Amino acid sequence: MSLRVYDLAHSRTGDKGNTSNISVICYHEEDWEFLQRELTPERVMEAFRHIARGPVRRYELRNLKAFNFVIENALGGGVTVSLAQDIHGKSLCSVMLGIELPDRGRTAAPKE
Amino acid sequence: MNGRTVRIGSGAGTSDDRMTPALELAERGEIDYLVFECLAERTVARENLARSRDPGKGYSPSLHERMRMMLPVCIEKRIRIVSNMGAANPIGGARAARREVQELGLGDIPVAVVLGDDVSALVRSRPELTLLENGEPLESLLPRLVSANAYLGADVICEALATGAPIVLTGRVADPSLFLAPMMHEFGWSYDDLPRIAQGTAAGHLLECTASVSGGCFGWPGKKDVPDMARLGYPFADVRSDGSIRIGKTPDSGGRVDVMTCTEQQIYEIHDPTNYITPDCVLDITRIRFTQEAKDRVRVEGAMARPRTDMYKVTVGYTDGYIGEGEVSYGGIDAVARAKWAADIVKERLRLRGFTYEDFRVDLIGISSLHGDTGDRPEPYEVRLRMAGRTPDRRAAHALGFEVRAMHLNGPGGAGGACEPRIRDVLAVKSLLLPRELVKPQVVVEGSL
Repeated sequence: MSLRVYDLAHSRTGDKGNTSNISVICYHEEDWEFLQRELTPERVMEAFRHIARGPVRRYELRNLKAFNFVIENALGGGVTVSLAQDIHGKSLCSVMLGIELPDRGRTAAPKE
Repeated sequence: MNGRTVRIGSGAGTSDDRMTPALELAERGEIDYLVFECLAERTVARENLARSRDPGKGYSPSLHERMRMMLPVCIEKRIRIVSNMGAANPIGGARAARREVQELGLGDIPVAVVLGDDVSALVRSRPELTLLENGEPLESLLPRLVSANAYLGADVICEALATGAPIVLTGRVADPSLFLAPMMHEFGWSYDDLPRIAQGTAAGHLLECTASVSGGCFGWPGKKDVPDMARLGYPFADVRSDGSIRIGKTPDSGGRVDVMTCTEQQIYEIHDPTNYITPDCVLDITRIRFTQEAKDRVRVEGAMARPRTDMYKVTVGYTDGYIGEGEVSYGGIDAVARAKWAADIVKERLRLRGFTYEDFRVDLIGISSLHGDTGDRPEPYEVRLRMAGRTPDRRAAHALGFEVRAMHLNGPGGAGGACEPRIRDVLAVKSLLLPRELVKPQVVVEGSL
């Protein structure tokens, strides 16, 4: 099994209108820079292209060893009009966790 | 005075939230305030429709049960209740709450009511206002407008608390403001005390979804274990006058409060973390820190804020037709092929009957209903076909569920378990900004102080 976001981080989805925000929070501080390098907005957009039109913005929260991904046009027009089962997109954090990353072993990266 | 701690509990994060954990928090949590946050984005619009049918209604329908359950212990322990359960009719809600008090034999208590969030008359006279979502003028929605409510801030809730009434009921206010207001009231914080306003707003954000900071919306088997998850304890904040905050939960309850749960909830529903706009401040969480001080006790530090903006955000609710929906299941050999065939038949049938839809969706539950169709997922043993469409025509909405159900007798073999045709009214929402000076928040008291 290749390395996934799931192995390094936990995640929660929030919604506002037609926009989804998905946090990615490292279990270990040491993994933050690896995710900063590899979990780019482009990689996230690719994983969500069946669900969202985008764009995707990434905000860094170094203090919380976290990132916040804001994905536009992700919720079928918005919670109040969406035809989806999961109108809030609460389940979308699982898509984020399933994103595969270039392998570098499952343990934390060595400190530089 | 400096060492005094005020404990603010969170008793509801939605009108459908559990009630017993709030009761346990009141009974065993030694709280001073109990906040019930019960309004989702479109709730006020829905309740406005309820009030238009019955002028006595329009407050949260959960108010009666919630008040009946909470009032005895809250009155006995002098826990003040702060809630937005007033929804589209805070005065009606206050009267209902006072009736509950009387019926419980708890005497006659006043309720302070926050008014002024309803700006529907104001926005009707300003059709040129711009909708934030699409840049179009409000005018296009006016014929279908159901409600327009400004997200009021903590200042007017604080004013309501100053009346001394044991219960404060509001309509639309920002969720964190429900929690910030008791802090401002207790410690005399003003909007100039930005570090404290920031801390209080961050704490409000942590608390506003109840169990979401104490293990709910969090547990993951083998990865993020949550103890005793059927008995999740609801959270509270211990606040001191210097703005120091600790988050905890009901003693002897399930769940967990730690750095991980707080981090997930702090980022929840935030976009730019340097720029979270509330009516009270512009919050910046990029320096916030969580420290585990003891089991289920987390210190919150480092929230920052800039002064509040000169605008109120307003949510406008409007009717937007109907959503029709139907479901039917297939299992075993060729389950997916039969479900897809049924979907094509239903679509053709709706076309033959002359129905059209503004938006239409086919889900194969088990393959593509949550995360879209990637085209490469393995076929499951069984699959449930779900079809949904939005339309201004109520008959078209009904026909959708009707034709899906008809797959029992008129579709591919072995269709089972279709649901009754489902139809729901669509109450859509959009947003706009109103200059602060146009909105007139005010407090009235029902009953005598």
